[in-house]
Amino acid sequence: MDLEILIENVLNAVTAGITIGCIYGLMCIGLGLIFGVMRIVNFAQGELLMLGMFASYYLVTGGRVLSFLGPYWGPFIGAICAAPIVFAGGAILHRFLISRVSGLRTAGSLDEGHFGQLIVTLGISLILQNGGQIVFGSTPVAVRTPLSAEAFLIGPIYRGATVFLNKAKLIAFFVAILVAIVLYLTLEYTRLGKALRAAADNPTAATYMGIDVDRAYRIAFGLGSAITAVAGGLMATYISFGPFVGFDYVIIMYSGVVLGGMGSILGAFWGGLTVGFVQQFSALILPPQLQNATIFVVFLMIVLLRPQGLFGRSAERA
Amino acid sequence: MRHGAGQQLRFNLTVLAVVSVAYLVLASFVANSYYQLILTLVPVWALFGVSWNILSGYGGQLSFGHASFFGIGAYTVTLAVVYWSLSPWIGIPLGMILGGLAAVLIGLPTFRLRGHYFALSMLAYPLAILYVLQYLGFQEVSMPMHRDHPAAFMEFAEPRVYTLIAVLLLVAGVVVSLLIENSRFGLALLAIRQNELAAEAAGINARLWKMRALVVSGMMAAVAGGFYARILLVVTPDSVFGMLVSAQAVVVTLFGGVASVWGPVIGAAILVPLAETLQAELGTYLPGIQGVVYGVAIIGVMLLSPDGLFWTIRDRWFGQKAPEPIPDSTASAVPVRPASAHSGAPLLKVESLSRAFGGLKAVSEVSFSIGEGEILGIIGPNGAGKTTLFNVLNGVLSADEGSARLDGVEMLGKKTFAVCRMGVGRTFQVVRSFPRLPLLDNVMVGAYGAGLSDRDAIASAARALIQVGLQHQSGVVAAQLTNKQLRLMELARALAGHPRLLLLDEALAGLGREECDDVLHVLAQLRQQGMTICIIEHTMHAMMRLADRFVVLDHGRVLATGLPRAVVEDHAVIEAYLGKKWLARQDA
Repeated sequence: MDLEILIENVLNAVTAGITIGCIYGLMCIGLGLIFGVMRIVNFAQGELLMLGMFASYYLVTGGRVLSFLGPYWGPFIGAICAAPIVFAGGAILHRFLISRVSGLRTAGSLDEGHFGQLIVTLGISLILQNGGQIVFGSTPVAVRTPLSAEAFLIGPIYRGATVFLNKAKLIAFFVAILVAIVLYLTLEYTRLGKALRAAADNPTAATYMGIDVDRAYRIAFGLGSAITAVAGGLMATYISFGPFVGFDYVIIMYSGVVLGGMGSILGAFWGGLTVGFVQQFSALILPPQLQNATIFVVFLMIVLLRPQGLFGRSAERA
Repeated sequence: MRHGAGQQLRFNLTVLAVVSVAYLVLASFVANSYYQLILTLVPVWALFGVSWNILSGYGGQLSFGHASFFGIGAYTVTLAVVYWSLSPWIGIPLGMILGGLAAVLIGLPTFRLRGHYFALSMLAYPLAILYVLQYLGFQEVSMPMHRDHPAAFMEFAEPRVYTLIAVLLLVAGVVVSLLIENSRFGLALLAIRQNELAAEAAGINARLWKMRALVVSGMMAAVAGGFYARILLVVTPDSVFGMLVSAQAVVVTLFGGVASVWGPVIGAAILVPLAETLQAELGTYLPGIQGVVYGVAIIGVMLLSPDGLFWTIRDRWFGQKAPEPIPDSTASAVPVRPASAHSGAPLLKVESLSRAFGGLKAVSEVSFSIGEGEILGIIGPNGAGKTTLFNVLNGVLSADEGSARLDGVEMLGKKTFAVCRMGVGRTFQVVRSFPRLPLLDNVMVGAYGAGLSDRDAIASAARALIQVGLQHQSGVVAAQLTNKQLRLMELARALAGHPRLLLLDEALAGLGREECDDVLHVLAQLRQQGMTICIIEHTMHAMMRLADRFVVLDHGRVLATGLPRAVVEDHAVIEAYLGKKWLARQDA
């Protein structure tokens, strides 16, 4: 009997870890892309996630623009549609705020402008969070789909032990993987991808080679915002959220990105996946209130055990 | 006390006294209890900002998690009253101690990190504590009243008393901060912020000073939090450990002026009443308006006056008065080490030193020695491993194998600052200055790094400046110095710590011919005073004049050693520099 429950719990934790982990992976790619290309730690990434959720919510449930697609397709198409909206938002943020404290403008200054970047993104985060409270209200909402209450059953595998696959999470999982693959191929094989990687590697040299680095950064910031927003839209199908939701996920993103090696896009995905796994497994042994604390502990352990992260770039030239 | 600090401190203390008395007089006319509460909150948040400023402003270690300490103070005071009926008069000092302990526990692991990583990790601590408190069931704890002994439990019917206490706490905090600012503590922090490696190479134990800053800062933040809990009477994890709390410290300080004690005070005095009033007037229609105001405030300040209001106002309306140049007589106060005779005994002995980066052997089995009073030139083509050799010798990089003994004592395996304290001064290929500090303070860092007392440090710095001929520029900030002056400044900083051995990495790089001669002249004088120097340099004509002996490195190995004349005629050396073909043509 006990074994049966244990097997059921572990199997469910594994499947939930994989599905949720991949969605986290997508979310982390957004932050990882921004850091990888621009070397900026974006404090407001959680709020971009929140914007993605609300964009999807207003498209599907609130504004009913996409209600003709029905409750099955609508939420996921809504999540994808959040991308261009938040992309525009991100590009505007970069154009008017971020670009003034980053890029070639601060290269070679006292601390490469890190201080200013952290502060400006913190400011954006405060404005979006609290402004979100004014615009969206503080009552939690959700993108309604009947799928979030339905599950595929696999098994019984061992006596009564059954694996439950939540349909909303499963579809979100597939969409997340699809988006991640498309992004990967874009960065790897297109001209745009090359420009982004060149701007990331050496902005000054890229400028001499005729790449508009400022534009590359703007696209990177917009793209990073959009990717996280899509993940937000997908998550909105199975959780309820308010303007402060970004906060619960921003540390997950940092953990994933640091774990995967700051700067690596694929790494960010694996990092997010790992964090999702850890979170789901901690649910097996810890009370639900402490699940979030676990992520912070994991985050601290990652950063502390690998002071330079899982990548180099710490060696200072003397 | 730093040079000229006494006068500045007296001025600041006078301003502090005047401002706090004026504030209290003003507060005594306010009868409305809500506005009185705002007047009490201003000094509390200002104190919190002052605490953040010590670590993140002076020291540059950006912390987004100062709510940890604020919250610890607040919960300690509240829980002490609830469970042990312990008065806040005791609870606040208790919280202060716990805040300090928490700072040690948090600092020990977290100071292994730098930059982004430090800032992000600090963020995680208050949030982790927040969830644990929620789990433990301390969602909302209110402080019971003790009507029988109100004053003993810091309970006053008159709200103005709270304002008085808050102002007194802030005054204490500002005084501590001023003392830090004007002492070696502050100078060490400023140096670490502007160039940590240069500070380490000048003998500053960066880790230790950062830790001290965090402890002082944590204690101060806990006091602010403890008193905050006392005036609000209810604590929730979100209200004292939340993100907005950490942000508050950052916001008031950046807005008012970072790295000045007045910054957080000005910031709190403007932003706290503004945000509170907006919240009260518009909070029902526009919830969260406070956060929006803070966000707009810090973005605006960052874009318009990145250092904050205080500095912008000061630079615009109060022209910066350069401190008086120090009188030459100051220098004579320090006993000059007698010039050691050219005994020729090896001072530094390096044996089969190796260091690889992955598969690349940057330094491989290098052995050489330097006699007391000798000038050894290290030459070699680009990428020969010269700078890496210096980095290994002074502890910036670890060695893979080999040994380096200074007067018989092993140098390898020691931290950079410890190598400096053994008597090894160092300059860098690309000058590492503390750009916002005046020249004298740049050099003082080296003197403090050697552990000299205030008086000796000033004397020693003054003497070093005279040695390099910069005594008349001592008040100029480093950012305004020319390349030659910067090179000499770095040399003076190394000299101020009374080194036995100087490692000079391309001290002549980027200098014109005449400037070159000036620096060479200084080096020649140092030689006469018996200084032992190991110098990396590309300019051959300069090296031929200066060095007693050459060590030639190529691909990490020692190619040749010997007298300058012999070395430059060595075929292997010519080949390394100019290639085989050239050599063949010469021989033909």
